[in-house]
Amino acid sequence: MISPEFDLVIAVLLGAGFGFVLEQAGFSSTRKLVGLFYGYDFTVLKVFFTAGVTAMTGILVLGHLGALDTSAIYVNPTFLWSALIGGLIMGVGFILGGFCPGTSLCAAAVGRIDAMLFIGGALVGILGFTEFYEQLRPLYMAEAMGNITMASVLGIPAPVFGLLLAIVAIAAFIGTSWIQSNVRSEPFTLNPVHRKYYVLAGLTPILLLLLVWITPSHQQQILNHVEANYTAENPGKHRMVTDHLAYELMNHAHDYNIIHVHDSDALPDTLRSGVPGATYVHYRELLQPHYIPLLRSRYKNLIFVADDPELARKGATMALRIGAEHASWLNVGVSEFRQSIFEVPDPRQLTSKAERDRERFRVMAARTLLEIEDRLKHMAQPIKREPVEPSGGC
Amino acid sequence: MSTPKPYMNPYFAGFLLGCVLLGAFYISGRGLGASGGMRALVVAGVETVAPAHAESAPFYVEQRAANPESPLRGWLFFHMLGLLAGAFLSGVVGNRVDFKLERGPNITVRSRMIFVVLGGLLFGFGSQLGRGCTSGSALSGMASLSFGGIITMLAIFGGAYIMAYFFRKLWL
Repeated sequence: MISPEFDLVIAVLLGAGFGFVLEQAGFSSTRKLVGLFYGYDFTVLKVFFTAGVTAMTGILVLGHLGALDTSAIYVNPTFLWSALIGGLIMGVGFILGGFCPGTSLCAAAVGRIDAMLFIGGALVGILGFTEFYEQLRPLYMAEAMGNITMASVLGIPAPVFGLLLAIVAIAAFIGTSWIQSNVRSEPFTLNPVHRKYYVLAGLTPILLLLLVWITPSHQQQILNHVEANYTAENPGKHRMVTDHLAYELMNHAHDYNIIHVHDSDALPDTLRSGVPGATYVHYRELLQPHYIPLLRSRYKNLIFVADDPELARKGATMALRIGAEHASWLNVGVSEFRQSIFEVPDPRQLTSKAERDRERFRVMAARTLLEIEDRLKHMAQPIKREPVEPSGGC
Repeated sequence: MSTPKPYMNPYFAGFLLGCVLLGAFYISGRGLGASGGMRALVVAGVETVAPAHAESAPFYVEQRAANPESPLRGWLFFHMLGLLAGAFLSGVVGNRVDFKLERGPNITVRSRMIFVVLGGLLFGFGSQLGRGCTSGSALSGMASLSFGGIITMLAIFGGAYIMAYFFRKLWL
């Protein structure tokens, strides 16, 4: 997404924001951290859950509005046994040491000697894992379930799981505040001035997630609109006929982005079956943020082609709707286009001069298109998008 | 030195942390982390001290295949350096920078030192087995609704609660 050098600057800045907030929240104090497990201080739980719910809500809302490409969000993969056993070992480490890696770094940065010892221990523990990796690998790799989300495991929409998480978090905040006031023998009340802010803060994520759940997403709205209005909005002005497309390909191929829209989940057999140089995009994914630069390119005009010309027309309508300056669509299916160009008819059937001229043009076009195909042979593979993988681990 | 300033309201701090985490996902597509930077340090250390070993042991070979450059030039390590800098800055602002050893009221400095190293050992080991610690797996996993991340989170806090009773002398 970003250049490698700048990447490291971003890494430092995000780390700095992370460290600053952790320290401000009190995570440099080991007794404050462990208070969670003995009921005298639930700061960790409050900070942790608030942060998780805030970021989760943000991701879902931004994705809903079409501002964030949720398919490029890294969902850490699930390996059930190592996640469970690793987590339990970490839990024991938490109680014995009173830190986790992030908080130990945070406490060491403000001079806590115990945190420095914890880091020393953690480095040795990591070394233990890396040295015995060969023996541990069967456990490490067992029960691989892929990059699955909680929502897909439970079979519910993501915002519904988000709502559940937010409600559990708020219930936990109230419950732990009650426990904390009992353990500390303090009254369980909130300052009435603050109370309304707390209520407001609690309701905000719930309302946002409800909206994400019940309203159609930005993409869905555009899809619905195009589906309902594409014939009216794109009455044929931007239609392109076979010979016109062939002519443009022969003479101005570099002025165009050709987009082959399809609506099947199987990847099309690209080479020798499409328009040379076309980018293959699933119709529904056309609105993913990573295709926006392609659709809004200022230097290239768009031509939409498809196996079904109506789909190409919808694609062009959609591109115009989201800000493309010029988008044409091929008025025949791609296979018909190829047939017209590549199949030579019986010369005896070409009666008029116009027909014979057209056929001469098509023979030339076929030759040029084959040359372009040969040049593109190694580039024409569709690119399969993968979520961004971090360079490993936590 | 003047007295330390009070900590931030936990919910507000959580909101800010959530914004940083959201920013991390928005900019880089991945969340926040801490143990990955530590691992980068360990891998770099092994590569320097025992280069022959690093070229034969499978973990280091896989690491090198994934990151041909030195692990100290990677995202995770710089992320960790940023974490240290940010925490130090906050400590300066809040008057909390001080060399001291924090411990429960009823244990000696010596036992605190032994147990904190032991805790670090276990956490370090567990963070590698669990593919990330409280930040990289549990917190970032919660934000992206990762099944594995949420399982790890429950296991971390579950494990700590189960053991809390047996080690209460360390803290109470």
